[in-house]
Amino acid sequence: MQLTPEDILAIWLSLKIALTATAFALPFGFVTAWLIVFKTFRGKIVLEVLINLPLTLPPVVIGYFLLLLLGKNGWLGQLLNESGFPIIFTWKAAVIASVTVGFPLLVRSIRLGMESIDLQLIEASRTLGASWPDSLLTIILPLSLRGIIAGSSLMFARSLGEFGATIIVAGNIPGKTQTIPLAIYDYASSPSSGKMALTLCMISVIISVAVLLLHEVLGKQLDRRSFL
Amino acid sequence: MKLHIDLEKKLGKIFIQVKTEVSVERIGIFGDSGSGKSTLVNFISGLLLPDKGEIILDGECLFNSQKGINISPEHRRIAVVFQRPMLFPHLSVKKNLLYGYKRCRAENRRIKPETLIDLLKLHPLLKRGIENLSGGEKQRISLGRAILSNPRLLLMDEPLTALDDTLRYQIIPYLRSVSEEFLIPYMFISHSLAEMQLMTESVLVLNNGRLVEETTPEGLARNRMAISQNGYLNLLRLTNPVDHKGLFAYCWGNNTLHVSDGNINGDALFELSSREIILFKKHPEAISARNLLSAKVMEIFNSEGRVGIVLSINGEKLVAEIVRSAADQLNIIPDTTIFAAIKASSFRRLT
Repeated sequence: MQLTPEDILAIWLSLKIALTATAFALPFGFVTAWLIVFKTFRGKIVLEVLINLPLTLPPVVIGYFLLLLLGKNGWLGQLLNESGFPIIFTWKAAVIASVTVGFPLLVRSIRLGMESIDLQLIEASRTLGASWPDSLLTIILPLSLRGIIAGSSLMFARSLGEFGATIIVAGNIPGKTQTIPLAIYDYASSPSSGKMALTLCMISVIISVAVLLLHEVLGKQLDRRSFL
Repeated sequence: MKLHIDLEKKLGKIFIQVKTEVSVERIGIFGDSGSGKSTLVNFISGLLLPDKGEIILDGECLFNSQKGINISPEHRRIAVVFQRPMLFPHLSVKKNLLYGYKRCRAENRRIKPETLIDLLKLHPLLKRGIENLSGGEKQRISLGRAILSNPRLLLMDEPLTALDDTLRYQIIPYLRSVSEEFLIPYMFISHSLAEMQLMTESVLVLNNGRLVEETTPEGLARNRMAISQNGYLNLLRLTNPVDHKGLFAYCWGNNTLHVSDGNINGDALFELSSREIILFKKHPEAISARNLLSAKVMEIFNSEGRVGIVLSINGEKLVAEIVRSAADQLNIIPDTTIFAAIKASSFRRLT
């Protein structure tokens, strides 16, 4: 197994983007799931549709919309450029692409976890003197941990595999924005680099298995610590 | 405790309307399922918002729709024991117990955890996870958790319904003792006449979301004698059992009662339906029933075509139930002496 310095950078970048995207999306995902599960408000359906839209759209379409938004002529892109934070064709753009594509998966998992919480547990906490933020942190958060772990694993895995939206907003610049899938795409395009593509594929498999194992281990630990 | 409630809410097809003022320490809320009992609990605890009205507890306004006052549940200091124990599954027994206590302001911490843990005999359970507890143990912890939040009012929303009969009557002494020991007024919600008799001193009866009657547990039991499946339930605390020819002879005041479903291990609470008592005008010479008691008629009351006879047996009270024609034939009037026969198998042991 021979890895070029660009390959190692691609692996490192993939992990960095997936981790950043997951960590960034997690608090927003938790709050969004909480809003959907426990709150009643106008426009809730619109919010749900918007969140789930990336699940049904081709990633390339999402990438294109992000390009329109973040590109140098996009309103947000212009704003960021003027503030000295160009995003397009940087690894940060790949993070945004991953967040957009993975967010519905994250919210869906946390939501499933929250929906399994008995509402009376939350009511009990309130009558015992817990304010709603207290109840959110001491009852809802620990009881939806399983959903949070599942959602984070899914989000991380989805970010690792992200291709369509990333190639449009971040490009495929070796050492700068080239992630594992983009590097494999490059190798696969050239007939002589089949072996290199296979090596990166194997590394993808290893990372995915590691993520799944970690998910299982954390789940088991949660079972064991069912009372703290 | 003084509680003023004047509330209205439309919930689907049911219109809830309750207006009352109570000033006793042990209030019962009685009604069939769907009568609005739990909704009332949720109004008082602040978990459900009424459409309009007001709630005033000991002079403090908790809710007033006109003035826009709605104290949030965590600031009301009204604890709830739900039908199911609702223990937090991710916390140990001890952390469950202390959840409310930790959130209670220091100046309100009147009840100490150690005292309560002793009273509810919770020591052996403290280190355990809640998944390994029986239903009765869970409900005891749920009660302890509510009490330790040092509430000024405790709402018990059918806390015994999820338990089987034996456990139910084992928990009742705990429910009463914590309230009496720590002087916490409570509202006890149930559709059981026996529970109302054991737990309350005043009863609000709800039907279809409306308050239809304010009575005593005795009045409630008498009113429902004819329609209730078991008539009027006499609750008898019997003491000092001894083995007697295959039966158990218990003391009931200055009387002796022979009971088949007894237990030699101490005092017990028994239930005796008013329908299980046969009345005789004169002493029957021989009878198969093992208990024949001379009784003085204290009072006679009507309950939807049935006649209730309140008897005094050496100072102990018992209510028997007969049909109107039997009452006419026996010509029972207050202050006469009659005989009451009760089969040893008619007593149902509750504890």
